[in-house]
Amino acid sequence: MTATGIGAPVRRKEDFRFVTGQGQYTDDVTRPGETRAVFVRSPHAHARIKKIDVAAAKKMPGVVDVLTGAQLADDKVGNLICGWMIHSKDGSPMKMSAHPALAASKVNCVGDAVAVVIAETLGQARDAAEKVVVDYEVLPAVVDPAKAQAKDAPQIHADIAKNTIYQWHLGDQKAVEAAFKAAKHVTRLDIVNNRLAPNAMEPRAALADYDAGNDHLTLWNTSQNPHVARLVISAFVGIAPEHKLRVIAPDVGGGFGSKIFIYPEEVVCLWAARKVKRPVKWTSDRTEAFLTDAHGRDHVTHAELAVNADGKITALRAKTIANLGAYMSTFSSSVPTYLYATLLSGQYDIPQIYCEVDAVYTNTVPVDAYRGAGRPEATFVVERLVEVAARQLGLDPAEFRKRNFIRNFPHQTPVIMAYDAGDYNASLKKAMELADVKGFAKRKRESARHGKLRGLGYSTYIEACGIAPSQAVGSLGAGVGLWESAEVRVNPTGNVEVLTGSHAHGQGHETTFAQLVSERLGIPFDSVSIVHGDTDKVQFGMGTYGSRSGAVGMSAIVKALDKIEAKAKKVAGFMMEAAEADIDFKDGKFTVKGTDKSVAFGDVALNAYIAHKFTGAELEPGLKETSFYDPTNFTFPAGCHICEVEIDGETGKSEIVNWTAVDDFGTVINPMIVEGQVHGGIAQGVGQALLEGVVYDASGQLVTASFMDYTMPRAHDLPSFHVGLTETKSPSNPLGMKGCGEAGAIAAPAAVMNAITDALGTEDIAMPATASAVWSAMQRTPPKAA
Amino acid sequence: MYNFTFHRPTTVRQAAGLLARNPEGKLLAGGHSLLPVMKQRLAQPSALVDLSQVEGLTGVELKGRSVVIGAMTRHADVANSEILKEVLPGLASTPGSIGDPQVRNRGTLGGSIANNDPNADYPAACLGLGATIITNKRRIAADDFFQGMFTTALEEGEIIVKVSFPIAKKAAYEKFKHPASGFALVGVFVSKRGPDIRVAVTGAGSNGVFRVKSFEEALAKRFSPKSIEGLTIPTSGMNSDIHATPEYRAHLVGVLARRALAKATA
Repeated sequence: MTATGIGAPVRRKEDFRFVTGQGQYTDDVTRPGETRAVFVRSPHAHARIKKIDVAAAKKMPGVVDVLTGAQLADDKVGNLICGWMIHSKDGSPMKMSAHPALAASKVNCVGDAVAVVIAETLGQARDAAEKVVVDYEVLPAVVDPAKAQAKDAPQIHADIAKNTIYQWHLGDQKAVEAAFKAAKHVTRLDIVNNRLAPNAMEPRAALADYDAGNDHLTLWNTSQNPHVARLVISAFVGIAPEHKLRVIAPDVGGGFGSKIFIYPEEVVCLWAARKVKRPVKWTSDRTEAFLTDAHGRDHVTHAELAVNADGKITALRAKTIANLGAYMSTFSSSVPTYLYATLLSGQYDIPQIYCEVDAVYTNTVPVDAYRGAGRPEATFVVERLVEVAARQLGLDPAEFRKRNFIRNFPHQTPVIMAYDAGDYNASLKKAMELADVKGFAKRKRESARHGKLRGLGYSTYIEACGIAPSQAVGSLGAGVGLWESAEVRVNPTGNVEVLTGSHAHGQGHETTFAQLVSERLGIPFDSVSIVHGDTDKVQFGMGTYGSRSGAVGMSAIVKALDKIEAKAKKVAGFMMEAAEADIDFKDGKFTVKGTDKSVAFGDVALNAYIAHKFTGAELEPGLKETSFYDPTNFTFPAGCHICEVEIDGETGKSEIVNWTAVDDFGTVINPMIVEGQVHGGIAQGVGQALLEGVVYDASGQLVTASFMDYTMPRAHDLPSFHVGLTETKSPSNPLGMKGCGEAGAIAAPAAVMNAITDALGTEDIAMPATASAVWSAMQRTPPKAA
Repeated sequence: MYNFTFHRPTTVRQAAGLLARNPEGKLLAGGHSLLPVMKQRLAQPSALVDLSQVEGLTGVELKGRSVVIGAMTRHADVANSEILKEVLPGLASTPGSIGDPQVRNRGTLGGSIANNDPNADYPAACLGLGATIITNKRRIAADDFFQGMFTTALEEGEIIVKVSFPIAKKAAYEKFKHPASGFALVGVFVSKRGPDIRVAVTGAGSNGVFRVKSFEEALAKRFSPKSIEGLTIPTSGMNSDIHATPEYRAHLVGVLARRALAKATA
């Protein structure tokens, strides 16, 4: 390992510009003649639009134009779409209703945009937006997914009966029924997986610029996948053909999934820019972010686990209602289906699994992928069931897990996934040592002496990352392939630009990708720069989500580097008058076998371009290669998190006193960055378990629309983490990587809730387990004195 | 934010005159409650009268058996006051729990009590110590000053100049933070000064800060956590929101009162 190569904890290159305020975010970009857009949004969760009067607003100072949904429809701007087809169990396709970027006749959630004001300044646009008069006929609303399918529930979209998008299933229902009949013990749980607001630090933003001379549009936006944004906006919304639209996602300040999707605001800015022939910029404020960024989770589940007399799990069954909100967001349909039910086997050898999922519309913000996307929900179901089953059977929860772990790989689960590699016992064992599980009983007694309840909870999670083999996801309904692209440009002076289809919004690609190139080509780390996020610069790429940038994005770079090496060997052969087959490449030097001849990588790069040592008939000049890499399988990061909590017996306040995470991410490029990802993921998972939760009242008003009401995790809510790694390499990509971005958020909620329920001695508590919720649980079921 | 005129007087008299000429105007103290609602366009004052340059409104002073604190004294300065730490540490600890460092370095005593947010900390300290609020017109006892959620005895054009806190031998504040905002979900201030025993509660009541007479009576015999063990307060009149039920808030009043008493008598 070199100081900056694979495995080195290199400091992040990009942090200098971030911490010195020199990042270039969408809102930092300005164009000559720029105008500001402010959206007029529905204050009602469900209402018919009877009339919109923009006359007074248009007369306000500085107003350039006021545009409505009716004009959007007149201009034949297409609807936003969900790009993953799910079929119901009866074979019928999912029922997707229209999602116009501006509502023309009906609003379906609070915050639904009905008009946009374009003005010279933000203040003028805000003033004018207040003068837009919308006459609403308010309709009854439904926000609870468990009530959305009721006979008397208000129907949100006229074309969608019972607000039901699909009724999907996976697995062998009959075999599962038989297994439950034969079971010695059955554990049953009712689970609510709470709705979360993503809250990236940088709010969403869009700046659209129309070049009338070339009939060309440029969009700067906060996107995790600018090429996919361009594709959807071109092919489905129909704003401009792909070659007439450039999408640039510059520095992006966090996404967590919420910036994967194509949103109404960027479509409207593009449409408006062409209409008013001026650049149009919109930047969300924090309240708008709560009201319009796609939320995460929001499942209601009944789950059951069947166990035989030997303490072996024989079957798992789950019925889930998933809330997709008022409209189907870009990838919403896949989250509670193929990203969820396919992980219900966890780390366990479970012969039979059956899962039914109903996806429903409600009068709430759309729900889509959020850090983990389906896999946290699956892990929560599996890890709560396993923990509770062990308790009910009087077995040690670690022992019960061990008894049921998958030990032989590859392992085909009954729910599509074929796990390729792992050692679940190794991570459990290491985590138990780091967490000093043996000393827990003593610590619990000590806590009891101070009026505190102590609990310990495991989460032995699994996730499917490295998303994903294109043909496989295509057969499951995906509208796109999930490969990744890379182009490696070696310059004549020997430094290198890598153009990647991945997109960094906090992950540190400029560092980790450079580490790979530096090691492979034997050139200095600082001689590598990473280019991403601009459809005019970078070849088509699929972007960053699903912990895919390492396993898929870097694999594409590896493939391109293989081609660079092959071509460079040819050039070196001409330079040293040796056969290509006799050239070796190591540590940045080309040598001829059996001789002391050598040339450095930089000389080869120069010779590739000056082309003096070979003719055009012998070799093409230049040193630049492209690769499109399609993985052969998902990757399966897994591990064990152990959470230890102490609960104040009087107030119900929980404190996490110890956290141990032992993860198997396969090959690790930069352990410092990986550890940071684990920390952040755990913080978000702890947030879900203890603090966060989007609350709508019965009328559909969003109660938690600010940080004064929505509890984000803070540093003081978290302990210092004990983080460890185990390693089994993924056989499904050249570097053996598995991905680390989502693990913490997937593992953490179950670990916390298993610890809290262990401390309380009752399973009757839902997330978020706030002090108030814990106190109420203690009132219902007083804890036994320790 | 809507447009407003901005004034920066240097005397209380000038400030009062500006307020009189701007009936839709507002005093600007620390601004950490006012400015956010203005930014959200929920408040539209025609004028802001900034008190930051007015002479004589800051500082912590020992005056006989009282500590007098200027209305524009920042939370951080009260929390770090050597005088207070020595003679009335229970009061010094109160602003130390407000918000974050930015808020504590801008927010002021006068601004906080004039706003009388039902979840603010200072109202509990004022009522819990039996403070006297001194304005440009009169002296108002804390028992008369706080009149319900966001409501005080202040009249039009009246400006808080300072607050006089009697030095209680035993005094302490115990706060359970609202998980999101950091305000007091419930906060209890207890004190004993001779026969005057006070238990003041913020955050819990739907009508702002209040005293718990039943606790005070029980503590008259002996100022100790044991004296109120088993005592509860009724849930009627307790706040209810997504973060705490009335039952939980009522329960916390008892828990925090006992903890504050333990701290005060330690």
